[in-house]
Amino acid sequence: MKVSLIDIRKYFGDVRANDGITLHLDPGRIYGLLGENGAGKSTLMKVLSGYHQQTAGTIELDGQPAAFDSPAEALRRGVGMIYQDPLDVPSMRVLDNYLLGRDSQLALNKQIGETELLANAARLGFNIDIRAYIDTLTLGERQQLEMLRMLAFGAQVFILDEPTTGISSDQKESLFQSLRKLAHEEGKTVILVSHKLSEVQELCDHVMVLRRGKLVGEADIPCPTDTLVRMMFEDIPPQQERISRVQDAVGLSVENVSFEDDRLAVKDIHLDLHAGEVFGLAGLEGSGQRLLLQVCAGFIKAQQGRLVLHGEDVSDYSYHRMREAGVAYLPAGRLEEGLIAGLSVMEHVALSDPQPTFTINWAHYEAETAERIARYQVVGQPQTPVDALSGGNQQRTLFALLRPDVKLILLEHPTRGLDVRSAEWIWQLMFGRVARGAMILFMSADLDELVARSDRIAAFSGGRMSRVVEAEKTTAEELGHLIGGEV
Amino acid sequence: MRFESWAKRLWPLVPVLGAILVTALLLLAFGVSPGEGFGAMLRGAFGDDQKLLSVLAFWVPLTLASAGLVVAFTAGLWNIGVEGQIVMGAIASSWVALRLDAPSYVMIPLELLAGMAAGALWAALAGVLKTRGKVHEIFGGLALNNLAIIFTNYLISGPWQPPEGGTFRGTAPFPEKALLPLLGESRLSPLSVVLTILALICAYFILRGTTWGLRLKALGKNAISAFLLGVRSERELILAMMVCGALAGLGGSVRVLSWFESLRQSISGGIGFLALLVVMLSGLRVTLIPFIAFFFSAVLNGSITLQLRTQLHSALGGILTAVMVLLVLLFGDPNQLNIFRKETEVDSDE
Repeated sequence: MKVSLIDIRKYFGDVRANDGITLHLDPGRIYGLLGENGAGKSTLMKVLSGYHQQTAGTIELDGQPAAFDSPAEALRRGVGMIYQDPLDVPSMRVLDNYLLGRDSQLALNKQIGETELLANAARLGFNIDIRAYIDTLTLGERQQLEMLRMLAFGAQVFILDEPTTGISSDQKESLFQSLRKLAHEEGKTVILVSHKLSEVQELCDHVMVLRRGKLVGEADIPCPTDTLVRMMFEDIPPQQERISRVQDAVGLSVENVSFEDDRLAVKDIHLDLHAGEVFGLAGLEGSGQRLLLQVCAGFIKAQQGRLVLHGEDVSDYSYHRMREAGVAYLPAGRLEEGLIAGLSVMEHVALSDPQPTFTINWAHYEAETAERIARYQVVGQPQTPVDALSGGNQQRTLFALLRPDVKLILLEHPTRGLDVRSAEWIWQLMFGRVARGAMILFMSADLDELVARSDRIAAFSGGRMSRVVEAEKTTAEELGHLIGGEV
Repeated sequence: MRFESWAKRLWPLVPVLGAILVTALLLLAFGVSPGEGFGAMLRGAFGDDQKLLSVLAFWVPLTLASAGLVVAFTAGLWNIGVEGQIVMGAIASSWVALRLDAPSYVMIPLELLAGMAAGALWAALAGVLKTRGKVHEIFGGLALNNLAIIFTNYLISGPWQPPEGGTFRGTAPFPEKALLPLLGESRLSPLSVVLTILALICAYFILRGTTWGLRLKALGKNAISAFLLGVRSERELILAMMVCGALAGLGGSVRVLSWFESLRQSISGGIGFLALLVVMLSGLRVTLIPFIAFFFSAVLNGSITLQLRTQLHSALGGILTAVMVLLVLLFGDPNQLNIFRKETEVDSDE
């Protein structure tokens, strides 16, 4: 299907998220929509898929003007969007989710649905257990299911919003294969929204770059990466040289620790972190690396073994005692597990004060918050509610809340969803802590990030930890093998 | 000033006017002129000093329970059990009043303290059921409400029944020295008014200016993040329940020590549930609570006169307040309405 977006404008109050964008897309091709956070990519795609209504401008499908007042309406006209967090019903089975909204008859025809689902899955090369419950599936599998649903609805245009965030490299490969098939063999129009240059280079035929709500360039792929970076950022953000600050003293000893949750048992982990060390954990979601972070944070009790932090046995500490001992835990969901929507930055500073007073001296906290906002370069005021901050600024705020004397920082996906510039800044903040002797233990799905930022790396696979490798001497490829279960 | 900003400022009046309109239509449907009906209500509430004092006497326990509830609500606790906490406060005060023989200046403080302690413990039970037993405070609270009422009935018809035999209606009246001193012929105790004002100031101060209040606010908005930021959720939640229970229990004490002068079967008579409405209507703003509670008391007392004058059931006052709460919850926030809606959210584009 031919898609034309003509002079699309979308304003949120005074903010011009899309400021007159014109694009023409042909069937049978894969388009990349590139830009840093806040460039207007998602907004534009939400306009195209009926989630937002444009302030001005026209959408044309095969030359016919089209106006959608809902995503359902857009899908009826053949435009389907797969969100970062797929819109499915977690407590239902795969087949029921597939049939949901699809079969409008009174009685569900599971037989036909099953045949159709399996046929479509085979067509795209997906392997899905149709009896499984959604909440047992990985993000990648849920994405696949969502694509199959779109296909069943007869979608001609597939929009994928940052689809590779949080999925495994195998699933990414399988996703890319299926997208190539949809575009090149079946003539669908595919749009990949991304801020990852390598993916765009790998998958797309043509790329369009947005910056501050405007289209700033287009190019056919292959195209030199430097050109794309210059279009995205105007200037190329320098990646600062990594200086290792590892000291001789061991700061954290994980001594033959075993732990489990209801899905996975991890046995006999042994790990020594030196003061000033950055240690990266690779692995697919649910392989045990997150559990290790939670054990170190005091959420999960180790069944065996000892945790020693700077000579202090902390094996039995609760999360709050760990916190007082100098451990900080920053989970991946910034607004779900970290910040409190509705409270201001200043209220967060007051809340996380290690020596709280009975009554709150707001004037003191306002000055303190203003000082931290300046130091951490948060774009906001002390009174700004944290949910009004952008993702990068929320992450900075979380760092601004860390105690000055923090000894061990545990991080899940520290830069997920952040653009290059914000990610670089976050790491500079972390290295600042490391220079003062703090240790960082972090997990990430981004192998390049692991290699570039860590001193040492280990991978988890099915509850087992691989050998520990030096980041300087390893490659993303070796890590791939370790993630795959090689020890 | 632009029309829109005026409209926004006057918006809170819309549900009030809406509720009056609905009630007026109801009055018309029953063949009573709305002017006459509302007039009777007004005279019933403010017609003479005695009536005004009676409105205030009802206002005291309602405001005490509301001041407690606003603390629990802020922490995200839907303390439906407040009704039972009022009842337990009343029972504990009655126990002191019936069993202790001491001068007034010993009796009264002990009665009030016992009422607060019993309310706090009953609330703590709902809190522990929530944090340890994973029983939602709404269900735990409902069960504890029933238990408290059953306990009252047992006491009245069993161990505490008057010497002349159980009537299943109440205990024997308490001795004079156990009762709160009243203002003239009314049921209003000046001491209870002072305590209520103190409770309001405490609630305001806790939520506005203390670290504990900020922690409760954080828990109410996002318990996981609050825990991660260092809030000891279990302790704070149970404490919030206990503060709420203590104030509700004090309300129960005032009920038995000034209004009924004995322990009765329906000692609370729904004051706890009414307080839930007051707090919802206030949008968790302590400064609004005394006024809303006063309005509720006036309407409910006024509708008794309405019944005498027009033969309409006094439930009309209940209807007026209930409709108003529904309208406030529906339309109370001008930002939720289409006419003012502007898309101000900015996509974070992640």
